[in-house]
Amino acid sequence: MIHRSSKQRNFLNLVTQVVAAFGALLGIFFLGWIVFEVLKRGGAALSWSFFTQLPPPPGVESGGVANAIVGTLGITGLATVMSVPLGILAGTYLSELGRETALATCARFAANSLVGIPSIIVGLFVYASLVAPMGGFSGYAGAVSLAIIMLPVVATTAESMLNLVPNELRESAIALGAPRWKVTLQIVFRAAKAGILTGIILSVARVSGETAPLLFTALNSPYWPNTFTMPTANLTVTIFNFAMSPYEHWQQIAWGASLLIMAAVLALTVTARVVFRESRR
Amino acid sequence: MSRVIALSRLAKQEPSQQMRRSIDKELETEVRFSVRNLDFFYGGRQVLFANNLDIHSKRVTAIIGPSGCGKSTHIRIYNRIFELYREQKATGEVLLDDVNILSPAVDILELRRKIGMIFQKPTPFPMTVFDNVAWGLRLHYKLSQRDLAERVEQALAAAAILDEVKDKLGEPATSLSGGQQQRLCIARAIAIQPEVLLMDEPTSAIDPRATDKIEELVESLKQRLTIVIVTHNMQQAARISDFTAFFYEGRIIEAGPTNQVFTNPKNRQTQGYITGCFG
Repeated sequence: MIHRSSKQRNFLNLVTQVVAAFGALLGIFFLGWIVFEVLKRGGAALSWSFFTQLPPPPGVESGGVANAIVGTLGITGLATVMSVPLGILAGTYLSELGRETALATCARFAANSLVGIPSIIVGLFVYASLVAPMGGFSGYAGAVSLAIIMLPVVATTAESMLNLVPNELRESAIALGAPRWKVTLQIVFRAAKAGILTGIILSVARVSGETAPLLFTALNSPYWPNTFTMPTANLTVTIFNFAMSPYEHWQQIAWGASLLIMAAVLALTVTARVVFRESRR
Repeated sequence: MSRVIALSRLAKQEPSQQMRRSIDKELETEVRFSVRNLDFFYGGRQVLFANNLDIHSKRVTAIIGPSGCGKSTHIRIYNRIFELYREQKATGEVLLDDVNILSPAVDILELRRKIGMIFQKPTPFPMTVFDNVAWGLRLHYKLSQRDLAERVEQALAAAAILDEVKDKLGEPATSLSGGQQQRLCIARAIAIQPEVLLMDEPTSAIDPRATDKIEELVESLKQRLTIVIVTHNMQQAARISDFTAFFYEGRIIEAGPTNQVFTNPKNRQTQGYITGCFG
């Protein structure tokens, strides 16, 4: 056995630390660059009219994305309403009722696979199964595609948060003579509340930047989203369309919309962290 | 502690047959639980073998034995809590009031009201101190708000924790210390007026002073309850129990009045475990 001198080992330690720190800095650097760039270019686009007016025709130096903001809020909200109850029910089955049954094992595998499916495929799926048969793009189809993306995320986080609840807690509630459903609803859910809420917020954050599935479903619209049965305005497809356009003002609006989404996702992520940390106290 | 000293003194001067009989007489009460030929399985693996045991009413029965010998498994049959896990199975008889509680006809929610359980780690529910006790009460009784408050207070008093929490009833139960949480769990269990209290190593996760309080509590609770306590702590068994059952590898090696089991065990393995040769 040959011992390396402490000098050698210290040097190796230093090299490792420097390389690791460089890696960490690189990640922060690019994030910082993106945030800086979006803030600089998007900040210039923000104005009162940006939040209150419809998109301008080419060549008109005013207008905004009010319809897309409303549309995105509506589509995401609808997707949340559709996916959250279903996802929590699925997570509850996986953690509390099914556990190791064949059905639970299948559902768990399906959820894990669904998490990894590229969102554009979900968009195509909804296009083929909803948009085409119903004869047109619609906000509802957009909400369905986002809900499909959210569902496995909500289900798997709900399952893991429920799994974090110590078994002794379930047992002591059962030992008091409580029926299983009451234990799940009143004790286990209460103990896992913050974790599940965090999962929901993060899944909303995840879909609020999705573009591909909306491109095939909700499409976009220059009008107010009075009904979700028609193509519906939304921020991400607006960014896609306007950023690709040759008009400088449209490009600027795309930057502004990007800033809006980035700020929203950041706010959601921070909220999720705060909620989760508060609960750990 | 004094009882242990007394016990060791007893050990030196073998108690006369007559004295033994008088001890037994004093302890004899009606039998609450009769365990007959009880086997238990985790999947295909048998872990309890032909357990036979009588649990006396309003007495403390300690279950001792080395780790993994089936002590907890044994008492987890009494309230059928093991049924939460589908691979676990019990066969044989556990008679309570001449009814085999393992029979599917038994109302399991009412059975569990009658047989409370305290766990190794304190398990306060994620709600206020008051609601922790009230939750169990609401399960079984329809009470007016005033009656509910009264029953909660009585239970907290009986669990010797009322003085410490009476100004904190609205605070989350998790803000209490470990020992307080455990006594809160005892209050929660006794609030629904069980006849039996199963305690699964109730002091192994809390500090010595809190342990003293719980031991005192056990002493006072046996006025109205039958208590079965699983413990790793031999002194604790000697201090607080009237009867002791020694488990080894899933079998009940010896059971009887604590005095006798500790001072004059009939079985060599019991003697070995009690004197610390193994376990």
